[in-house]
Amino acid sequence: MPLVEMKDIHKYFGRVVALRGVDFSVGENEVVGLIGDNGAGKSTLIKILSGVFPPTKGEIFIKGQKIDLHRYSVREAHRMGIETVFQEQALGVKQAIWRNLFLGREPVNRLGFLKLDTAWNETHRMMREMLGFRGGGVSPDASVRTLSGGERQGIAIGRAMYFDANLVILDEPTRALSVQEVRKVLNFILKLKENGKSCVYISHTIANVYSVSDRFVILDRGQVVGEYLRDEISEEELNETLVKLHEARLVRGEEPPAKLN
Amino acid sequence: MEERRFQLGRYKMQLGLITIFCLVILFFILTSPTVFLRPTIYLAYLTTIPFVGIMALGLTFVLASGEIDLSFPSVMAFAGYVCAVAIDTTGSITLGLLAGLASGALIGSLNGLVVRKIGVPSIVVTLGMSFLIRGAVNLLSQGLGKSLTFLQGTPWHTVLVGKVGGKFPAHAIWFVALTVLFWFILYRHRFGNHVLFSGDNEDAARMMGVNVDRVKIMVFALMGVMAAFAGLIDSFRLLKWWPTMGEGFMLTTMASAFVGGTSMFGGEATIFGTFIGAFLIGSLEAGIVAAGLSGFWTQFIYGLLILIAVTVHTVLRKGKV
Ligand SMILES: Nc1ncnc2c1ncn2[C@@H]1O[C@H](COP(=O)(O)OP(=O)(O)O)[C@@H](O)[C@H]1O
Ligand SMILES: [Mg+2]
Repeated sequence: MPLVEMKDIHKYFGRVVALRGVDFSVGENEVVGLIGDNGAGKSTLIKILSGVFPPTKGEIFIKGQKIDLHRYSVREAHRMGIETVFQEQALGVKQAIWRNLFLGREPVNRLGFLKLDTAWNETHRMMREMLGFRGGGVSPDASVRTLSGGERQGIAIGRAMYFDANLVILDEPTRALSVQEVRKVLNFILKLKENGKSCVYISHTIANVYSVSDRFVILDRGQVVGEYLRDEISEEELNETLVKLHEARLVRGEEPPAKLN
Repeated sequence: MEERRFQLGRYKMQLGLITIFCLVILFFILTSPTVFLRPTIYLAYLTTIPFVGIMALGLTFVLASGEIDLSFPSVMAFAGYVCAVAIDTTGSITLGLLAGLASGALIGSLNGLVVRKIGVPSIVVTLGMSFLIRGAVNLLSQGLGKSLTFLQGTPWHTVLVGKVGGKFPAHAIWFVALTVLFWFILYRHRFGNHVLFSGDNEDAARMMGVNVDRVKIMVFALMGVMAAFAGLIDSFRLLKWWPTMGEGFMLTTMASAFVGGTSMFGGEATIFGTFIGAFLIGSLEAGIVAAGLSGFWTQFIYGLLILIAVTVHTVLRKGKV
């Protein structure tokens, strides 16, 4: 039984059809590489899975249990052990780092007041242990806008690491990261795998996706157009498949993606 | 493990505001020592400032959430009217107060619902609401005020606007208590955290599981309750209600929040700044008149102060670490 299973997922944004009949699943202890051009619908698919918005049509099963999509939400996804690093980072840049780390899951007392020491100390620990912040010079009280792009991404990823999920979804997490930082993210994925967790990894860098994924799912214009186990396909073949799809788009006269990030 | 350190630098905005306030008072003391070296003027300040201050606290939450409210002066009058009528019909002051506060919450929630569920910008919704309920109040009251002299000496009158020790206005204590409460809610409570994030980056808040609609509707409701409370204590203090009540509070309330350092753009707000801002704005007029300048100077100096303050805040914020 897969950990999550999405069946016949459709999503419309007004007239824009972002997804049309996508079947997507992630197995227990499986790393799935989700790939495709910009605008293919990758982010839309994982946002549905993360509870950000419901699909227009379709079903979701988590551990075999059918999800009531009217009641499904980000909170519910968190509760079920689904943790997401969104492409948009989802940080409030004017707020302190510690507030960002615990956003939506604040440690509070019975009256809802923040346990400041807990939040602050945990953030401090996370910044030292998980992210390897520059020389420890940054305080958890610093606002996110004072951080570099890589550090911001570090907070977004650190947040997902901190909450110890069963399924971690990473939507283009390596943007704005240096080579070493990318290495850390890939190691994080490998560690998830070692610890029996699952992961959905979205990236345009096929070499990275290839090196950590067990299976690849290719989305194109809102549909799954290819699905390969790692043993079935070499990195070169995977690359070729994507290039062909891309060329087909150009032949059809569709705009090439404005930017590949 | 490293301890959370006290850093003076984090409080430069607060220190700056206190300094400005002291300088203004010092200026008044120098220009009119007879007035400003006696306690009377300060007691007068404590009598008038809480009305603006209490609403400015609510407005600070609205601004923190990235919205604006222009309807609060009308809510003052509306809640006062509802309270007066409810006392008339039920004979209970407690019920009257509750009805007044509830009417504020209701109008605030309505503002919030239209803003969030229909998607009309808050500046438009609350402007419309402002006219709508002012009009409703005028229609209902036929433009006539109501005398509330029977409130004199009742327990609620003493608790809300009585004079502690024969001098000190009780509603000033309410203002201070509410300031402390609001500070804790904004900076130390989950709700305040969600307010700040909703104003800072709404999408981020939503993606992390914050119910942004609910948070903002609650903020509008809170603003409504604060405006209602200000309206109630104003009617209690003057022992009457009148239909144009609240007019003239709009600009001073906004100015208090902005001078204090709360941003128009959401996600950044300061309760302490609003508190000092209310005193700054509230003390100017009397001081200017006492200094022998004509009342015509008041607006000019308000304007000057607001422009200087928001410029300084913006500069400070840009260089923020
Ligand atoms: N909130 C939204 N409103 C309207 N259209 C959207 C929204 N989110 C995504 N889309 C559209 O849906 C399609 C898929 O987008 P997305 O899922 O972000 O693709 P990807 O992540 O694969 O680049 C695009 O055409 C995009 O413009
Ligand atoms: Mg995307």
